[in-house]
Amino acid sequence: MTNTAPAGLKPAKLTHETAIEMIGVNKWYGEFHVLRDIDLTIARGERVVVCGPSGSGKSTLIRCVNRLEEHQKGRIIVDGVELTNDLKRIDEIRREVGMVFQHFNLFPHLTILENCTLAPIWVKKMPKKDAEEVAMHYLTRVKIPEQALKYPGQLSGGQQQRVAIARSLCMSPKIMLFDEPTSALDPEMVKEVLDTMVALAEEGMTMICVTHEMGFARQVADRVIFMDQGQIVEANTPDEFFRDPRHERTRLFLSQILH
Amino acid sequence: MSPWNDPRVRSFVFQGFLILVIGFLIYEAVDNASDNLRRQRIATGLGFWDSPAGFPISQSMIFYSETSSSYGDAFLVGLLNTLLVAAIGIVLATVLGFTVGIARLSKNILVAGIARWYIEIIRNLPLLLQLLFWYNAVLKALPGVRESAALPFSSFLNNRGLFMPKPLPGAGFDYVLIAFFVAVAAAIGFRIWARRRQERTGLQAPVGSVTLALLILPASLVYVALGGPLTFDVPTAGRFNITGGMVLQPEFLALLFGLVIYTAAFIAEVVRAGILAVSRGQTEAAFALGLRPNLTTKLVIVPQAMRVIIPPLTSQYLNLTKNSSLAVFVGYPDLANVFTGTVLNQTGQAIEVVGITMLVYLTISLGTSALMNWYNSRKALVER
Ligand SMILES: Nc1ncnc2c1ncn2[C@@H]1O[C@H](COP(=O)(O)OP(=O)(O)O)[C@@H](O)[C@H]1O
Ligand SMILES: [Mg+2]
Repeated sequence: MTNTAPAGLKPAKLTHETAIEMIGVNKWYGEFHVLRDIDLTIARGERVVVCGPSGSGKSTLIRCVNRLEEHQKGRIIVDGVELTNDLKRIDEIRREVGMVFQHFNLFPHLTILENCTLAPIWVKKMPKKDAEEVAMHYLTRVKIPEQALKYPGQLSGGQQQRVAIARSLCMSPKIMLFDEPTSALDPEMVKEVLDTMVALAEEGMTMICVTHEMGFARQVADRVIFMDQGQIVEANTPDEFFRDPRHERTRLFLSQILH
Repeated sequence: MSPWNDPRVRSFVFQGFLILVIGFLIYEAVDNASDNLRRQRIATGLGFWDSPAGFPISQSMIFYSETSSSYGDAFLVGLLNTLLVAAIGIVLATVLGFTVGIARLSKNILVAGIARWYIEIIRNLPLLLQLLFWYNAVLKALPGVRESAALPFSSFLNNRGLFMPKPLPGAGFDYVLIAFFVAVAAAIGFRIWARRRQERTGLQAPVGSVTLALLILPASLVYVALGGPLTFDVPTAGRFNITGGMVLQPEFLALLFGLVIYTAAFIAEVVRAGILAVSRGQTEAAFALGLRPNLTTKLVIVPQAMRVIIPPLTSQYLNLTKNSSLAVFVGYPDLANVFTGTVLNQTGQAIEVVGITMLVYLTISLGTSALMNWYNSRKALVER
């Protein structure tokens, strides 16, 4: 754990507009009940950190937001659009929601620049030059413009994850989902990725981050959510959450993770 | 340090020794062979090439006559027959193999199950057995001429083969062909234009449907406009014979079926492995970026799968070509059958005939490999 000093970001400018709303969401993998009665409302501009033991359903929860997984009961409304089987709506939501994965999932057959321009060209129908300009803008923001013409296999893990963030940003999403973005990284590369995410948070991006980087949670989160066995056990401001966890399970988890 | 412990000295000595041994073996073999030939009074050299062949060949793409054609002509007939069955076989095996390989990954249990059983059974039976099955148990076991099975398009199937209408291009058919090739060029041009325009403006063109339309429409229009300058010589069933039309002989069909069905099973496995090699995360990343499934397949999955598929696919193409030399067992007059079979028997020039045949197969194989390697090198991934 890198415990970046809790510098404390300004609280998010919450506009009282809802970015994501989950009402009574349930999901099963066959017999296995992976999400149980999830109720969660996330305001526009809010930064939420999700933590919890492995297998508690954190990934499944955020993957339901952009329909990489289908929920079986309850409602999920993203940016005012309810997720149904309607492909048009799924398209619409995926265009608004960016996602960063634990294992980066860059396209190995494309250069860094092409990774970033692929979706803008084919989904947003942008001219190539414009897409490249946008891509270079975001690659500069994640501080690797000089790698643009290399292939993912030639970059370090930290660089690849920053490219993955830039690739998502090129679609100008309103919401960003992060699924343990630093857990596959060597320790010395964690900070460069976290710094990128902090910068993003400072600009007011709506974010849900599944992470065990508690320093990051303290510094950035408006709310920390603890999940266990498919349920949201506890949700609180980082101050309260770390100072005075209400539930025994949260306490146990924190003592394991913060040593 | 004794020089004997120097790895460079050691490897030099070992390699020198190996070269001496191989050189000695080659010398002995050549010496022996030429001795034997001299004793049996067999002339060496290619003097036989222009001598009359004097034997019939059942299928030929060029003019060949038992009485007037030479051994050289027979060689060419065999070579063309080999190339014919290999070329058609490779195309069909690729289509069938990709279909079965994708079906094997289908979510539909029935489709996936059929594909799986096809692959398991076909891959695990010897090819020769399958060829004999197609020839003896299927094609030769069909009813005779009088009970021919009538197929659509005035075709007949019986134990003498598949009889089909033979196209007879009339005056003006050249224009249809010209229209077609112009349209192909136009289609290529359109693709380039569409890509440039997309780069410039972001607009996407319906490249697939325009290409399809260009391939079909212009040639059809010219054809209709010229009043259909193509007639067909339709095969007609007589009492003892079928006259007219053209025929695919059972020997050719058996070899083609056998090679295609056998090789397709291997290609299916290659394709399946290639698609599975692209991790689930790639699809998810593409979906998360808003790419639709068909674009994800085209832009993300296929390019990565192809680079895994191509090297083993190449070796399947080579296998098919080499396996076509099993033609002799179903009586199809391919190169091995005609040349290393009949010509060798008649002339006794074993070394020349076998040598030439080997050279031909080697050339075909190396040519195919070179082509596929060139294609693959353009698709290779850059790693750290
Ligand atoms: N595709 C799947 N099929 C069946 N079970 C799954 C699948 N994906 C995840 N699971 C199970 O669901 C549970 C929650 O998974 P996940 O959301 O990945 O947990 P977390 O991200 O909190 O570690 C785990 O027990 C996991 O084994
Ligand atoms: Mg997870």
